[in-house]
Amino acid sequence: MAAEKQKPQSTHTPWNDPQAVPYIRIENVTKRFGDFTAVDNVSLNIYRGELFSLLGGSGCGKTTLLRMLAGFETPTTGKIYIDGVDMAGIPPYERPTNMMFQSYALFPHMTVEQNVAFGLKQDGVKDAEIKKRVAEILELVKLTQFAKRKPHQLSGGQRQRVALARSLVKQPKLLLLDEPLGALDKKLREATQFELMNIQDRLGITFIVVTHDQEEAMTLSTRIGVMNAGEIAQVGTPQEIYEYPNNEMVADFIGSVNLFEGKIVEDEPGHVLINSAEAGGDIYIDHGISSAPGAKVWVALRPEKIHLSKEDIQQPNNCLKGVVKGIAYMGNLSIYLIQLDSGKQIKVTQQNQLRSAEQLIDWDDRVSLTFHPNSPVALLG
Amino acid sequence: MASDSTSPLRAGGVGKTGITRLMPFSTGLHALLLKLGLSSRNCVILVPYIWLTLFFLVPFFIVLKISFAYMTIAQPPFTHFSETGHLSLNISDSYGRLISDRLYIDSYLNAIKMAAISTVLCLLLGYPMAYGMARAKPSTRNILLMLVILPFWTSFLIRVYAWIGLLKNNGVINNILMAVGVINEPLHMMNTNFAVYLGILYSYLPFMILPLYANLEKMDLSLLEAAADLGCKPLKAFFVITVRLSLPGIVAGAMLVFIPAVGEYVIPELLGGPSTQMIGRTLYNEFFSNRDWPTASAVAIAILILLVVPLAIFQRYQDKQMEAAE
Repeated sequence: MAAEKQKPQSTHTPWNDPQAVPYIRIENVTKRFGDFTAVDNVSLNIYRGELFSLLGGSGCGKTTLLRMLAGFETPTTGKIYIDGVDMAGIPPYERPTNMMFQSYALFPHMTVEQNVAFGLKQDGVKDAEIKKRVAEILELVKLTQFAKRKPHQLSGGQRQRVALARSLVKQPKLLLLDEPLGALDKKLREATQFELMNIQDRLGITFIVVTHDQEEAMTLSTRIGVMNAGEIAQVGTPQEIYEYPNNEMVADFIGSVNLFEGKIVEDEPGHVLINSAEAGGDIYIDHGISSAPGAKVWVALRPEKIHLSKEDIQQPNNCLKGVVKGIAYMGNLSIYLIQLDSGKQIKVTQQNQLRSAEQLIDWDDRVSLTFHPNSPVALLG
Repeated sequence: MASDSTSPLRAGGVGKTGITRLMPFSTGLHALLLKLGLSSRNCVILVPYIWLTLFFLVPFFIVLKISFAYMTIAQPPFTHFSETGHLSLNISDSYGRLISDRLYIDSYLNAIKMAAISTVLCLLLGYPMAYGMARAKPSTRNILLMLVILPFWTSFLIRVYAWIGLLKNNGVINNILMAVGVINEPLHMMNTNFAVYLGILYSYLPFMILPLYANLEKMDLSLLEAAADLGCKPLKAFFVITVRLSLPGIVAGAMLVFIPAVGEYVIPELLGGPSTQMIGRTLYNEFFSNRDWPTASAVAIAILILLVVPLAIFQRYQDKQMEAAE
């Protein structure tokens, strides 16, 4: 696991502390629908106060896993424990979890206030207490002046906050959020992300967020579980997942990446040397991986970690040559499409430190691509 | 389109502008219709309105007129307003009788009572059926829907007649029960209120099921999950969410059953006994047996007013509610 590579010791990383007791334990959970395996032997430990994201493309099983935590689906095999209690046979209405639905699922015939109060009413909380807690939570999500409105009289962003308030008001042990920001436009989504983190921080509730948006997962999460075809591909902090993806799929899914196929030439504890015909040269990586020389590997290299130069740089490794085939100007940075001498096209991003008028590299320029030995990641195929 | 607010075409309204834009050529007829304020869309709507005016509104006014006339032995058997040279309106004979003679009030109240009970029975039987259909697999759903509609392929009258064969003393049901040995002498079912209820329930059940099914089928099931997630047990969620949200369907179904059931003539006539006095039957007797057209017309007008006015008010209220719910 990637977590073993980096060991920043602090109280905020209970997953690195062998003494810490996980709050939610998912043990070998499998869910099959007929012949289709939606969730395949997933085991996860999630700690109190975490904001954990389940990230993956559509059909990867992330929502099914969430629905099993809420109790809407029963695992075919495996166990789920919340705060030490086995959830098998416990129906949704008796679980210490609340869910924020992707469609929000607000009751259309009730006002905002009634929607939020619904959960407390089911628990037989006294009217005065309900009133107080609803008012508090509406204050928190800044909806106080909309309390008497019906859902259809609200904007998408407001509805999303009602759904959040409704799931938070019972102060569940675990809050499950299914694509919570999916229906919002980009600006609102960014603002809401920080609001969500703020609220989570203040209430200290454990969140599990399902999302297909890697940017959202990176911003929000303490840790991310990347899912693929029903399995957990990697679990780690956003930084670990981005910098040390442990397989091709994760590297490709999180952010943008260039992948080169290659063969290991030297494999020492301190470094590896990989020869890649696809890259058109040798790649030197300053951290070792354990494998035999001659083994086939993938080298993942992030576009922003490559330096472009028009000079014809000569160095024995970590230096590729190519021709600029396209430039996409994004404002703060530019994306260059480079055709390497081997014929492979790769992406390189460069900060636009100068104004575009002074842009040095142009279409069809011949360029040298260099990168630090720390930048590439070798992935065993 | 929104930018050219200075265009003279805008004066005619957005809808008309849209249509004129779609049809750049203006034929002579089209231009004429437009001058009269009739866009193509309005023309299409006009056809059913003309139909309803000719075959509903005009006859309604004829009936209204007859209800104020005097009965005479003539052809047709009522007087005209200006026969004697001055306007003669008769209210005491027709409308007066509706109040003074208990027969009319009683049969009206009885009709309402029987229609109301039938509506409740239809709802109690139809709701679980519609619910089952709406929650069935999509492939099964169409078959079930087909089965509900299937009886319409046979004439309503024939289906009611068939019940006579089933219910009469030497009918199918009694014969089977006696052959099996459950009963020794035939049950008296024909010509009773029981038979009328059975007939109405049987005939009008699809009218209850179809609007309920349409409503329940499009319900967002994640609302029930949300309710369960918030701690609501399934049975309570059924009443607080499912039934509450299907109210428009319940009201639509209830109206489709209740309104025609109040004026029902065929079922009480064929299956009911002499004690089953419903307003439709009274009206028929007034018209054909007594040949008292003014009183029969007054009965018809009274049914209409007593049914339509409260229903129209209720519908308005319901519309507001539905608007709020969506």
